[in-house]
Amino acid sequence: MVDSRQQWKGWVYLLPAIILLLIFTFWPIVNTIYMAFSDGYSALGAAAGETYPLGIENFVKVLQYKNFINCLKNTSILCVATVPISTLLALLISVALNSIKVLNRTLQTIYFLPYVTNSIAIGMVFAMMFNIVGTNLGGANENIITAGIVNNLIEAFGGKPINWINSGSKYWANITVMIIYIVWSALPFKILILLGGLQSINRQYYDAAKIDGASRSTILWRITVPLLSPMIAYVVITGFIGGFKEYTSIVGIFGETLGPAGDSGRLNTVVGFIYDQLANDYYGRASAAALILFAIIFAITMVNLYVSKKKVHY
Amino acid sequence: MENNDLLNNQKIENETSNVDLSLLEKSKKEELDVKRIKKLQKIGKVIVTTCTYLFLCLVAISVLFPFYWMLNSSLKSLTEYKWTKPSFFPTVIVWSNYVKAYQAADLGSLFVHTLYVGLVSTLLSLVITVLSAFAFARLEFKGKDAMFAVLLATMMIPGELFTITNYATVYKFSWNNTFTAMIIPFLVSVFYIYLLRQNFKQIPNELYLAAKVDGTSDFKYLLKIMVPLALPTLISITILKMMGSWNSYVWPRLVANDDAHKLITNGLRSAFTATDGQTDYPVQMAAVAIVSAPLFLVFLFLRKYIMKGVSRSGIKG
Repeated sequence: MVDSRQQWKGWVYLLPAIILLLIFTFWPIVNTIYMAFSDGYSALGAAAGETYPLGIENFVKVLQYKNFINCLKNTSILCVATVPISTLLALLISVALNSIKVLNRTLQTIYFLPYVTNSIAIGMVFAMMFNIVGTNLGGANENIITAGIVNNLIEAFGGKPINWINSGSKYWANITVMIIYIVWSALPFKILILLGGLQSINRQYYDAAKIDGASRSTILWRITVPLLSPMIAYVVITGFIGGFKEYTSIVGIFGETLGPAGDSGRLNTVVGFIYDQLANDYYGRASAAALILFAIIFAITMVNLYVSKKKVHY
Repeated sequence: MENNDLLNNQKIENETSNVDLSLLEKSKKEELDVKRIKKLQKIGKVIVTTCTYLFLCLVAISVLFPFYWMLNSSLKSLTEYKWTKPSFFPTVIVWSNYVKAYQAADLGSLFVHTLYVGLVSTLLSLVITVLSAFAFARLEFKGKDAMFAVLLATMMIPGELFTITNYATVYKFSWNNTFTAMIIPFLVSVFYIYLLRQNFKQIPNELYLAAKVDGTSDFKYLLKIMVPLALPTLISITILKMMGSWNSYVWPRLVANDDAHKLITNGLRSAFTATDGQTDYPVQMAAVAIVSAPLFLVFLFLRKYIMKGVSRSGIKG
């Protein structure tokens, strides 16, 4: 069947893609691994003709670095908090959305809106909503001019305004704002996927359950969730992968300093750490951190796949 | 006797009617029970439906609120913005915030840069994707499956791993502070190739063979038959790629952060990073609204393609 003319033809069609992939995908993989295992590798040094012994010093340095541990902590907290919250919320929303007829499409469109936004731009909106305009915040003669709409709402319910993101704010307050923002922006994709899954579930299962007199919660946890489990597994895995690469949402809220005023870098993440190292010409360490990130993502994906193999019903 | 009979008859009649009555009462009672259960079920259903709508509306409000607050704040004067009790609708609408925002962040040239990068990279990316997807879907050659598997494997790797070396490569090519640096490295998307290949594979092979019999060349067949048939997927890819340029932040900031090449997201963030607390929030929100508007418009008109593309990709941008 296959003549020799077809042989080279296939490769001709692939040529542009292959050339670009060689330069910008395959070479980086090789080079990043090489740089990560070259002790103290720096681009300036390499350009000047320095040679580096092979070793694992970069990895040791990165892991000993307090800053990296801090980044890893931030990333993990955000991941562990946002993935379950957004998945559960998305599940409830899509089940509710699937059970109604009126307004279904309108609501679906509304829920998808956060997806078509610029994460930096809307981050700035969230920052404004949590921001306090005033002087000496947290100090002795604190003077709040306007506390921001979120604090206004808290006050309306009788609470006290909280310093969310301004200078002198607490770590938990910063993280709370980040969790709210990340969940808000993570919902659309999860709802879209779960709703698609729900619509493909055969109605017969529900009819049978109704005849047996199953209650609503039984139907949800015994029929809907198991039948939806492949989609749930998918959104959880992509959620974790995305969560471990969190960076721009933090830039959106806190700006390029990645922390409240006076404590820059407090909310830095693993990806942010890689860029910091890159900017300081520590290519070896940046590469080592990138490989560590890859290892983490790979491990989480494998664990998720292993768990879902046991729990997911196809 | 007759009298007695009559009496008896009456008694019997009375008795039967009595029996009838009790039966009737019983069935009526049962009917009532059924009715009551039905009523309860109906009430339960109404309650559940109400709660469902309440919940969904609450979610909708929380989703929409940031957008509303953005527009509300963008139309206030700075003094009104600083009111202790915020107004839910600006008392005086200050349109000039939008003009100020446009000028302060130089949004005009940022738009042009971003559009240029978006259009060129989308066009080139489409060409490369179509060619590769065609090769993987229709042509037969040695190493095809292996090559495809290798490509899919690279999708596992986080982009940051490539960024480090690509950053060095771009500088080696002296591409720093050029549009080229923002276009070329991201032209090949394995995911788009995969997506289009699946679409191409659904087109029946008979069409291809018929075209071959007619003496149509592979390239002409691809252009005249396959591309039109796969148009929805191509539109999805176009929109996602354009949205990607619109939202890209990290890479442009690394390789081309000068004013002549700045992209929109980057320019927006750096134009409003005042740390002294004197930020003019209404103007800032006006800029955010201007930057968000094109995405919204695209979404309103091309909702179907975006949602379809996203549901299959799971990639933002």
